[in-house]
This record gives sequence, structure tokens and C-alpha cells, in this order.
Amino acid sequence: MSLKAENINETTRWQDLTEGLQIHEPATSKNFETGEWRTNTPVFHEDLCKQCLLCVPYCPDSCITVKNGKRGDFDLKHCKGCAICVAACPFNAITMKEGK
Amino acid sequence: MAIKERMSGNEAVAYAMKQINPDVMPAFPITPSTELPQFVANYIANGEMDTEFIPVESEHSSMSAAIGAEAAGARTMTATSSCGLALMWEVLYVAASNRLPIAMAVVNRALSGPININAEHSDSMGARDSGWLQIYAENNQEAYDNFLQAYRIAEHKNVKLPIMICQDGFITSHAVENIELIEDELVKPFVGEYNPEHYLLNPEEKMSVGPYAVSNYCMEAKKAQAVAMENAKEVILDVAKEFEQISGRKYGFFEEYRLDDADYAIVAIGSACGTIKDAVDELREQGMKVGLLKVRVFRPFPGEEMAEALRHVKSIAIMDRCEGYNANGGPLGAELTAALYRAKCNAEVINLVYGLSGRDLRVQDAKAIYEDLADIAANGLKDSHYRYIGLRE
Repeated sequence: MSLKAENINETTRWQDLTEGLQIHEPATSKNFETGEWRTNTPVFHEDLCKQCLLCVPYCPDSCITVKNGKRGDFDLKHCKGCAICVAACPFNAITMKEGK
Repeated sequence: MAIKERMSGNEAVAYAMKQINPDVMPAFPITPSTELPQFVANYIANGEMDTEFIPVESEHSSMSAAIGAEAAGARTMTATSSCGLALMWEVLYVAASNRLPIAMAVVNRALSGPININAEHSDSMGARDSGWLQIYAENNQEAYDNFLQAYRIAEHKNVKLPIMICQDGFITSHAVENIELIEDELVKPFVGEYNPEHYLLNPEEKMSVGPYAVSNYCMEAKKAQAVAMENAKEVILDVAKEFEQISGRKYGFFEEYRLDDADYAIVAIGSACGTIKDAVDELREQGMKVGLLKVRVFRPFPGEEMAEALRHVKSIAIMDRCEGYNANGGPLGAELTAALYRAKCNAEVINLVYGLSGRDLRVQDAKAIYEDLADIAANGLKDSHYRYIGLRE
């Protein structure tokens, strides 16, 4: 019997994995928390942000969520800390801090 | 009633391909398997097949295209030999680990160098650990019969592994012999349609094939693949039984030729077995108890079953049409010797390298091996356990 991707983890037995580790459902990368790889973390300064949203398309991991035309805080479960958003922001509204 | 014909091994396998009529065939020509895509292309041009033929620029591409097609949900086949198989090397593992039941006709030919186009098993033996099933043939009839059984084994839900159907280059692939073909009305229901449970072109299900796996998952995936190879043993025997019902021909992991009461046995693969059978018959007439174990299935390796079949013999010559370059012996020699040790076999075992790059193994060569085996059984092994047959020295 093979499990749903969200129920698979490092304790799953070989009998419960799919053949060839095929994935039979969409959007499973959400379950994979690449944020664990981060060594530096972006910090969002809302007071400086003009909501130009330039940072959004620059983020390679889609970690800047937009709701009703406005960006909110980072999705730190998936942000790898690449700091591309820092370079993209014209208003210094994003800075990096050391560590997770 | 079976159809009596005369065909070369390549014609015979191409005829099986026509009868199965798979969805896709990506292929690149290489001697001596070139005729296979050529015959198939003719069948397609004549409207006798509707397989999608993909001419590619290399064998790495033909196997890659086969992987893509099979993952998409298409029953896929290809053919190759020698350096072509070597060029597929990387992607052979991708086909097996992604559990894609592609069928490939391999026409065995030497790998360079010296560059040579004739029969040798070094190509498919080099790929013996790639995760593919491997079935070998003695003649055109067996090559045809094996190809008809290929998809039934590979696509079985407990297996789902790619399969190589091997025959000896030129000796089998180009020599014309009598053959009994099976009627389409019997072949088609026997092979059946391919209905994969998961496939990329399924609009009802999203699917990813071949994801990266970190160390915490790889061993589990490989164990599942290893178990599928073990499962194939039962499936191969079941399919052979069903095949017997439409053909009247019996197949197993290997053929035992006058082996029941034999004192001295040769174990070999492929076309040389026909020659060895002649030697067995001649020596039996003289009262010498000799027999042959002809290996049909090499992957999965039926080591335990072969050891059981050889339990009573006094001395065994394991023949490799392939050099191991390991200072220890050929691949069949190494694996069968290990299986015999585990079965606590007491026979003297030698490993003989023969027939490299198309060199003939003659009836008198096989008879000399049996005489040597009788001497070894009586007086012990004096010479090396690993040597060449038919070599000028």
C-alpha cells in the first residue's frame, strides 16, 4: 500500500512507498520544507514597503505571498534565504539577518 | 495449427514485434541488430503495424525516448547491440529504477576492442546489474517465443521492470532456420493490451516520474526494485506455462539436456548450446554420462534452482562467452560458482571462456571439455579453474 505524499516521512517503510518513488498527486513540493536549508533569513520592514510587488516575481521559491494586491510576510517554511528579494527591493524594505 | 516458416533470428523477433504491435519504437541502427528497426519500419510502411517509429540520433536517445514513451503510458520497445547497449548504460538504470516495463531486443555482439561485430555476451553481461530482466535464446525459435512472453513478464504488477530478450549476433540473428510461428488470433489475446495503473498522459491524475531522492529514501526504493526482481521468478514460470498452452513449447529458467543422470555437466548460454547438445548425444552413444544445463533466464538469476539441477554431477564446466577481466572468471562462472557453494555442492567446478568475438565452438571442442571433466572428476583439478577454449597457445 502506498501512502499520500504528506504522510510519507523518514520513518516510512519501503513497502509503503510508491514504485520508483513516483508521485501520483500534484503540488507535493509544498510538503517539502526547503526553509530548513536556510542559513540567513530575510526580514520584512512593512513601514518602508510601498507595495510595488517587485520582490514577488523575483523570488525563485514563491515565498512572498500576495493577498488582495498586497504582500505579507515571508513563507519561511520554504524560503531558502537567497536574498534576491533584498536586491530587488528599491526601498530597503527587506534586510537579511544571520541564522534561521 | 502453427505456421511453418524459415526465418533468421532477427526476422523472427521482428515478426513477434509485428504481432504485438506496441505503441512506440525509438531505435538507432547498429550491427547486428540493425535489421530489427528496418523490418519494423517496413511493416509500418506496408500498413501491417501502427507503431510510432522514432528515428533518433543515438542509443542514449533511443533509450531516453523509450523511457519517456513508457512513462507516458505507451507500450514501448527498442533494439540494440554491443556499443549501442553500452551507450544506453546510464539510462538503462533510469528505465529500471522508474519501473518502466520496456522490452528491448538485444542481439549480442562483442564490445570493443579490438573492434569486432560478432557474437559475444560482453554487451548484455556488462548491463547485468542494471536492473533489467534478461532472457537468452539458443535459436530463432526461442528468440521469437521469448519476445512474445516479454511484456507479460515485464508488465506484471508484481514486476514492472524492463526486459532484454537476447540472441547471439549473426549465429542466431542472421542464420535462417526453420521456425513455427503462432497465429495472430492466439498471440494477441496471450500478450493482451497494456493498461498501466499510473501514466503521465492520464488526464485524471497528476504524476511525477523520477524525483530526486535523498539518502533517507533511496535504499527503500532500491529494496522495492530488488524484490520486484525476485517476484519475476514466479511470473516467468507462470507466463511460460500459459505460453505452452498456445505453442506446445515448454520453457523454464533453464533447459536440462540429458542432465538427469549425468556425471559431467556443461553450463552455457545461447547458440553454443546447440553444438554442445550434439556433443552430448555423441558421447552418450559411447556410454559417457554427460549433460547440459542451458541457461535461459539470467536475470533474475536462478542460482538455487541451477544448483539443485546440478546436485548429482561430479564435475561442472561453466562456460562464459564473455571475459570478466577480473582475474577470477566470467560472470556466469562467478555467480553460479557462488550459488553452488551456498548449496554445499561438492562437484569440481571450472570456468571456461569461449567463443569471444564470434570464434566458433565446435562439437569436438565440447567433447574435449567433457573428457576433461571426466579426468578432473577422477584425478582432481590440475590445471587452472579459469581458462580459455579454442585459443591458439
